[in-house]
Amino acid sequence: MDALTLATKPKSADIGVDNVALRYGTGDNAVLALDGISFHVAPNEFCVIVGPSGCGKSSLLYLIAGLEERTGGTIAVGGKPVTEPGPDRGMVFQAYTLFPWLTVAQNVEYGPKRKGMSTAERRAIVEHFLNEVGLAKFANHYPSQLSGGMKQRVAIARALANDPQVLLMDEPFGALDSQTRHSMQKLLLKIWDHSKKTVLFVTHDIDEAILLADRVLVMSGRPGQIKKEIRIGFSRPRSMDLVMEPNFIAMKREILELLKNDEDDEH
Amino acid sequence: MTLAPNATSPISHIVTTSVDKNQPGRSAWKAVATPFQAVSRPLAITLSVLVWCAVIGGWFALTYSGAVKEMFLPRPESVLSTTIRMALDGSLWEHVLASVQVVLIGFVISSIVAVPLGLTMGTYRIVQAALDPLVNFIRYLPVTSFVPLFILWIGIGIEQRVAVIIFGIFFQQLVMIADSARSVQRDLVNAAYTLGTKRSDTVFHIVFPATLPNVLDVLRVTMGWAWTYLVVAELVAARSGLGYISLKAMRGFQVDVIFMAIAMIGILGLCTDQLFRGIRRLVAPWAN
Repeated sequence: MDALTLATKPKSADIGVDNVALRYGTGDNAVLALDGISFHVAPNEFCVIVGPSGCGKSSLLYLIAGLEERTGGTIAVGGKPVTEPGPDRGMVFQAYTLFPWLTVAQNVEYGPKRKGMSTAERRAIVEHFLNEVGLAKFANHYPSQLSGGMKQRVAIARALANDPQVLLMDEPFGALDSQTRHSMQKLLLKIWDHSKKTVLFVTHDIDEAILLADRVLVMSGRPGQIKKEIRIGFSRPRSMDLVMEPNFIAMKREILELLKNDEDDEH
Repeated sequence: MTLAPNATSPISHIVTTSVDKNQPGRSAWKAVATPFQAVSRPLAITLSVLVWCAVIGGWFALTYSGAVKEMFLPRPESVLSTTIRMALDGSLWEHVLASVQVVLIGFVISSIVAVPLGLTMGTYRIVQAALDPLVNFIRYLPVTSFVPLFILWIGIGIEQRVAVIIFGIFFQQLVMIADSARSVQRDLVNAAYTLGTKRSDTVFHIVFPATLPNVLDVLRVTMGWAWTYLVVAELVAARSGLGYISLKAMRGFQVDVIFMAIAMIGILGLCTDQLFRGIRRLVAPWAN
């Protein structure tokens, strides 16, 4: 049971992003994808970045994960500067990235195995996290036998099984139909409540952003900049019916307005 | 953009009528003429047997009608009786074994080097940059033009035939395996990094398993090519093997022996092909 307590023990860190820039290419062909991005995510916070497609919000996540190299500024997770990808920053991708040659259980234990955990420890972790995402029955299935929503649930379990300090989520439900998306959102809130990880979640869906977040960062595009930060005060646990509350609609209108101004600037 | 209250909202029954692929009124012809439509196993077997019967029937017709002289096209039963005769006196197995031996040695040596090197080449741009121009130059050189050179260098022993096979398939294997390594989904590697995979472990932990089904397909296809190059090598310089007895039979106008040798290579090719398909099902069950 040691492994289980280890894996479920709240361990989360803050994310500090300071004056980060990302430039592609050089000279006249250079494109400034991100410019002067600064924000801070507190430990255990659920922070959502919302922005139009192509505003660089996914790139920002890749920078924090260490999968891409920034051209300016500093990023630190738990006070440690980010220089390369590492298991302290778990990530769930928009594309399905389960390893197709491994079963569901083997996918979930992939990270713990890299850390050199024993078979018994790994089994406890797999059991815990597959139960958490409701897929214990599918432990021995291959990813190709799962639906899109199930694949993303395993991807969340796989990321959490590695006990990261922060969880980065890049439009993880973007490819799912709206019914599945809602149940995934509910599930994610439940899991987050149990694990209390720091979550940085990227989406273009405003409803999703407000429903999930403690705080929403609204991004504008070309170059990507943080336009506004909105604190979401709704109490938790939250119901999906929240979307019909006047407060919710007011927030949504505010964000829509911000994103619309951004569009107007361009034309 | 409002959320439906729950999954059984009043409109759900309107939009969820499924499409039945086997609805009545759809003719059998339309079903089989649909692209990528599966056919039943009995139908598939019947069709393949029919095509074989047609080919062998055509063979009978050509020889028995006298349209083609028996000197050029033997009757089916004389090929069969030659096969049985040579199988009983052991000479068939001697030649089959000699050929199989050469093919296997050449194929195994080539694959042992080509698989790891191809994966490395597809994964690391620096290795690709170094090897790509040379490999692409060599792989367009006709193997046959090197046969005299190999004879000059290493004589007419088994080494010469093995060298022809290796030269024939190695560079093709390398290019195809490197291509499949290069097409590994980038986010799969990214996911592995965020789960604690070291960069140096990427080839072994991610690229190799991800490309395994492709690698096995490459091996299966190049095994077929190995048989082709074997015959090339044996026609020129050999004392045994199926290519060698074909050449000897040509000199003695024994067309039935040539036919038997060709049929044996076909059967052996079919066996190795099935073997590789079996291995693929066994080691990469997830890719079916």
